[in-house]
Amino acid sequence: MDLSGFFSYWGLYNYWIVVFLMMTGFYMVIARPNLVKKMAGLFVFQTSVFILFISMAKVKGGTAPILVEGVSTYSNPLPHVLILTAIVVGVATTALGLALVVRINEAYGTIDEDEIHSQEEES
Amino acid sequence: MNPETTIQLAIVVPLVGALLIWMSRSYFKQRETVTLVTASLLFILVVSLLPVVMEGAKPAVVLWELLPGLAFAFQVEPLGMLFALVASFLWIATSVYSMGYMRRHHERHQTRFYVYFAVALSSTMGIAFAGNMFTLFVFYEVLTIITYPLVTHTGTTQARRAGRVYLSLLLGTSFLFLLFAIIWTWLLAGTLDFQAGGVLRDTASPTVIGILFALYVFGIGKAAIMPFHRWLPAAMVAPTPVSALLHAVAVVKAGVFSVLKVSVYLFGVDLLAELGSSEWIAYVAAATIIIASLVAMTKDNLKLRLAYSTISQLSYVVLGAMLANPWGVLGGGLHIAMHAFGKITLFFCAGAILVATHKTKISEMRGLGRTMPFTMGAFFIGSLSIIGLPPMGGLWSKWYLALGTLEAGQVGLLVVLLISSLLNVAYLLPIPIRAFFSAPDKAEPVKGISEAPMTCVGPLLVTAAGCLVLFVYPEPLYRLMSLIVSNGR
Amino acid sequence: MTAHLLILQVIIPLVSAPVCLLLRGDRAAWAFTLTVSWAVLANALLLLNTVLAAGSLSYAIGAWAGPFGIEYRVDTASAFVVLIVASVGAVVLPFAYKSVRHEIPAERIGLFYTCFLLCLTGLLGIVVTGDAFNLFVFLEISSLSSYTLISLGRDRRALTAAFQYLVMGTIGATFILVGVGLMYMMTGTLNMADLAERLSPVADTRTVRAAFAFLTVGVSLKLALFPLHLWLPNAYTYAPSAVSAFLAATATKVAVYVLLRFFFTVFGVEFSFEAMPVGQILSMLAVVAMLVASTVALFQDDIKRMLAYSSVAQVGYIILGISLASVTGLTAGIIHLFNHALMKGALFLAMGCLFLRLGSVHIQDLQGIARRMPWTMAAFLLGGLSLIGVPLTTGFVSKWYLVQAALEDNRWVVAVLILFSSLLAVAYVWRVVEIAYFRPARRVSLRVAEAPAVMLVPTWVLIGANFYFGIDTSLTSALARRAAETFLGIGT
Repeated sequence: MDLSGFFSYWGLYNYWIVVFLMMTGFYMVIARPNLVKKMAGLFVFQTSVFILFISMAKVKGGTAPILVEGVSTYSNPLPHVLILTAIVVGVATTALGLALVVRINEAYGTIDEDEIHSQEEES
Repeated sequence: MNPETTIQLAIVVPLVGALLIWMSRSYFKQRETVTLVTASLLFILVVSLLPVVMEGAKPAVVLWELLPGLAFAFQVEPLGMLFALVASFLWIATSVYSMGYMRRHHERHQTRFYVYFAVALSSTMGIAFAGNMFTLFVFYEVLTIITYPLVTHTGTTQARRAGRVYLSLLLGTSFLFLLFAIIWTWLLAGTLDFQAGGVLRDTASPTVIGILFALYVFGIGKAAIMPFHRWLPAAMVAPTPVSALLHAVAVVKAGVFSVLKVSVYLFGVDLLAELGSSEWIAYVAAATIIIASLVAMTKDNLKLRLAYSTISQLSYVVLGAMLANPWGVLGGGLHIAMHAFGKITLFFCAGAILVATHKTKISEMRGLGRTMPFTMGAFFIGSLSIIGLPPMGGLWSKWYLALGTLEAGQVGLLVVLLISSLLNVAYLLPIPIRAFFSAPDKAEPVKGISEAPMTCVGPLLVTAAGCLVLFVYPEPLYRLMSLIVSNGR
Repeated sequence: MTAHLLILQVIIPLVSAPVCLLLRGDRAAWAFTLTVSWAVLANALLLLNTVLAAGSLSYAIGAWAGPFGIEYRVDTASAFVVLIVASVGAVVLPFAYKSVRHEIPAERIGLFYTCFLLCLTGLLGIVVTGDAFNLFVFLEISSLSSYTLISLGRDRRALTAAFQYLVMGTIGATFILVGVGLMYMMTGTLNMADLAERLSPVADTRTVRAAFAFLTVGVSLKLALFPLHLWLPNAYTYAPSAVSAFLAATATKVAVYVLLRFFFTVFGVEFSFEAMPVGQILSMLAVVAMLVASTVALFQDDIKRMLAYSSVAQVGYIILGISLASVTGLTAGIIHLFNHALMKGALFLAMGCLFLRLGSVHIQDLQGIARRMPWTMAAFLLGGLSLIGVPLTTGFVSKWYLVQAALEDNRWVVAVLILFSSLLAVAYVWRVVEIAYFRPARRVSLRVAEAPAVMLVPTWVLIGANFYFGIDTSLTSALARRAAETFLGIGT
């Protein structure tokens, strides 16, 4: 059985995962009225990009980029470093977003987007 | 003092005047003195340039480049000289008149009024002496903005509405058409300088030149060509001195002056005549002349009637430019001066009547000649000059315009001029005639002569006399204008 | 010293931010921030001076040579944008003292200035960095701090506005991150100068095109290009006055700079405008932005919101200039970057003055206010004239260049629409002017006094700049032209 066609298409399955995660996150951001769920969606959205970077750093047959005798192929360390930064940024964003949600809850008594809208229209 | 300095002073002096007026806001006598001194000083400055220009020189000064290649430049040529002379002289008359009018009419915010008036005159000088289209445009827009508070001076709802019409039409036409045309010219010719014979020859196809020219003529909304004339009647809510100097002389003449300037110095009369691009606009101008006269007949409010009369008369100048021959330009240029004197007299009279009797409607002015003989006498003289009858200066400009139509072979336009004169008779003359020969309404007892204050009547007698003088002695103006015609070739 | 100017531009505010947090008392925090912002401005002036002499400057962080170390690089365009950001910061801060005390609870004022400094750091960092990923980091620094700054507004809607901005801003930043990742995948470098070299051989691949698309969309979100502008009106409306003024004058401008950098330096003009249809798309969106946003502005009753929509329209002008991809067009875009910062800064500062005294900038509350606060309203009027583009103001200069660029490109309709949209500006500015000048004052506003001098002076400084740079354009147009030529790779 020749699976090469299958693999050349699905061999890049990491990208499909990235796209799937990205769209899942995006959908949550758009469709969920609950602000906490929106934040969760946003974080999933960001995480998909982290995976994009990390999977791109993988070199076939490479190991962790630590100098060890007898190994000549390493994974590319740079994307990992970048993603460390990006994760920090992502965590900060999420923290800030959740903090805002707390404040919104204090101000409106709800974290439901639709209810906030209806409160605004009343006032 | 060399002419270059004088040109700059002519623009700076009214501005300094405005500052001094504002500083003396608590002392109204000092404020009015400053206005008068500034006006006189400006006139002296402008007159001192006259001999230089008469000799055929064109003193010029280039200040700085506002945008690369586009300098802030001034140049005094005969047409601008004429316009500056008329405007600065009539400013003196108007200043005296304003003192009487504003006080007697108990207008508020008089300081503001005088300040903006002075700034408006400064930008008028800027327009008159502009050395390129760019400079002209800058001052043209400044004039629009600075006269807005004068139009809306009373602050009533009506004034606010009028201000809206005023701004939207003047800014609208100047942004959409004029600025567009200027930038287009800049791209085509690479220069916006006013040059004898024009700068646009051989730069574009006749169609493009034609479109460009139309953009200019209609873009200069201040010339009040139909259908962009609505702002002028709207502006009549302003105090009478504003209507008199700005909306019969400075602002509207800035419009037709720009049209003349564009025709002569950007396109060149010869180019226009060759391409015939101005011909159809001449018909629009002719239509404006007739329609505005007809509308004027229906107006009972004196200032409104005068406003429509102005619209009609402005199109004479535009028509002169559109004829694209020396006689037309000559007549158009002269008409700037002639109409200015006639129309400012009429507006002064309207203001004097308002101050003395609080009447604004023509139907209420029966028998007014008995109580205000000087005012109505001056009105009569002014009317004759507008109609173009001897012995008034208005005759000359119409004469040369008529010659221009014949030179252009446009007999139809000649007929328009003649019909328009008849219409002028029909809407202007009944006013003084009724004032002198009809009996006043019975309700009002005749109290003998009770004129407006001397500061109002004096200036209007002077400008009325001016109409007479211009008939007897038009020669300097004629010589000035023939310089353009000979230079423009 | 000159060698380190580049890094100091970012380090000064970055290091100051935590120090500011430690200071006790709002007055100390303010005075400290003010000093820092002026130091930043002085540094920016020195930097511009050096760049004008040297052409461009490069700095290797920690002496790690590029392309592996992070390189900071400044040319005329970036020095110009640095100057815009630094001067707006320096002008807004004196204004901020009273305004912030009025609008923000005392215990948060120290935090406010800390965030302000961080935001300044981020914005400056974006401009000076020559590293694509570093740019993303600075972008997030400025974004996170501006979300915080916006949420400090007095109205509770500031919170939802900040949240909305956070969600949209993060999506935009993530798109940029994806774009950067894809570029790295194809070239193995993050240094912009290196990227520019290595991208052209592989330009004709789907990955690079995808990277380009992700970057364009991401940056467009940050610069509020119609129809990705939804976050902007709320954010500017409910943010504290000083923040509205600062962000309106800088944040979108810096995002435009990022766009320019990616389009012209990284991808190159051939790829961006010939291989990709971005020119047509952007110019179309820009024209729609000009018209639609100006029209929407006409119907806003909250004046800050009106100005926010006007900003969306003005971003349209800038993008339109850029989308023409000609020297004149780019000059128009860059010069409007500067001019719009001046006019919007001034207008939002005037709003701050009104808000201090009235507690609202709703159009109904402004009735007859010109008599009570003549200087503030005169500033608004003059700033409005600049927005309209009356000659002798900076707005006119931008309009002139933009129309000229459109006509050079034979886009007659676009030229007419530019002029038409400036008439819309007349309409929405004059609506406010009429109410403030002609309506009788309301009873509430009878006791209102003119805003304090510390707030009026910065406002009038910007108004003065609007006229100065409208009358003497030699500096701005020369800088903009030079920057445009650098971007297009013409001349030096």
